Amino acid sequence: MQFEPLLLASADDIDFMIHGLFSYEIFGQTVWITTSHVCILIVMLILIGFAIAANRVLVRASATDTPSGLQNVVELMIEGLTGIVQGSMGKATPRYFNYIATIFMFILLSNISGLLGLRPPTADYGTTFALAIITFCLIHFAQFKHNSLKSIWTDMCSPLPPWLPIWFPINLISEIAVPISLSLRLFANILSGTVIMALVYGLLSQIAIAWPSFLHIYFDLFSGAIQTYVFTMLTMTYISQQLSDNV
Amino acid sequence: MNITGQDLILACSAIGAGLAVIAGIGPGIGQGIAAGHAASAVGRNPGAQGQIMSTMLLGQAVAETTGLYGLLVAMLLLFVKPLVG
Repeated sequence: MQFEPLLLASADDIDFMIHGLFSYEIFGQTVWITTSHVCILIVMLILIGFAIAANRVLVRASATDTPSGLQNVVELMIEGLTGIVQGSMGKATPRYFNYIATIFMFILLSNISGLLGLRPPTADYGTTFALAIITFCLIHFAQFKHNSLKSIWTDMCSPLPPWLPIWFPINLISEIAVPISLSLRLFANILSGTVIMALVYGLLSQIAIAWPSFLHIYFDLFSGAIQTYVFTMLTMTYISQQLSDNV
Repeated sequence: MNITGQDLILACSAIGAGLAVIAGIGPGIGQGIAAGHAASAVGRNPGAQGQIMSTMLLGQAVAETTGLYGLLVAMLLLFVKPLVG
């Protein structure tokens, strides 16, 4: 075809796919180490470094001095996160605060890592699905911990009486849809931002001077922060639904 | 110019991807309604702005999911090409 070179020339610059770096064989399966793994590793190293620095500062802090520097930042973060968790979980806050704060910081840093030139790790379905599976396990851990088996069964057959489990399969499907919709929401939001930024830099590279920074503000900072908030908020809502009876 | 079966499938995939992102209309309308009602709620009760804001964002995010499914279908058709054998 005559226009094929043009299409290929522009398509070469568009790069938002996950690339495999090297592969190895384990149990007869080929496992690829991809750019997502490297980006997750960088995000994890930044978080671990921040955690070590925060720990050192807080251990050395005295109760009488005026807090300064990093200690202020850490206290601000923890107070803000505690406020968010307290608002929707109430008395169960201390039990679930660690998990919520961890996924909040990880997802936030992953989403805004597009600003650091990385491909956001949350634009890989493996990452978001793993996060949603952890949340799913936690929801059902809370369900079995705080409710009796009888009340769970009644709940699963809910519009009809418990001796007539016609609605059980439908409720089961709606339970299974929770992690899928949670993970797809985060994944598709971040992926759309990544694709649009790749299209801007790939196709409009001649005129992409300074103004893509406004797109970065929207797609990386704003959208990333909103989706982080939504993921943690939905996690807390699902967990506290299971707590509502007796805590 | 000979059009092979594969070219036809690719062209139809592109049309299908375009049709799939029409799904974005619904969430757009829904999010607009949610934001409008949240604005009027803040007008009536400015003290509850924080709670209205978080409720609105949560509802909008849930409403957005169906549009994102359309986007995912379009992306799969364009880049993963499941129909090309």
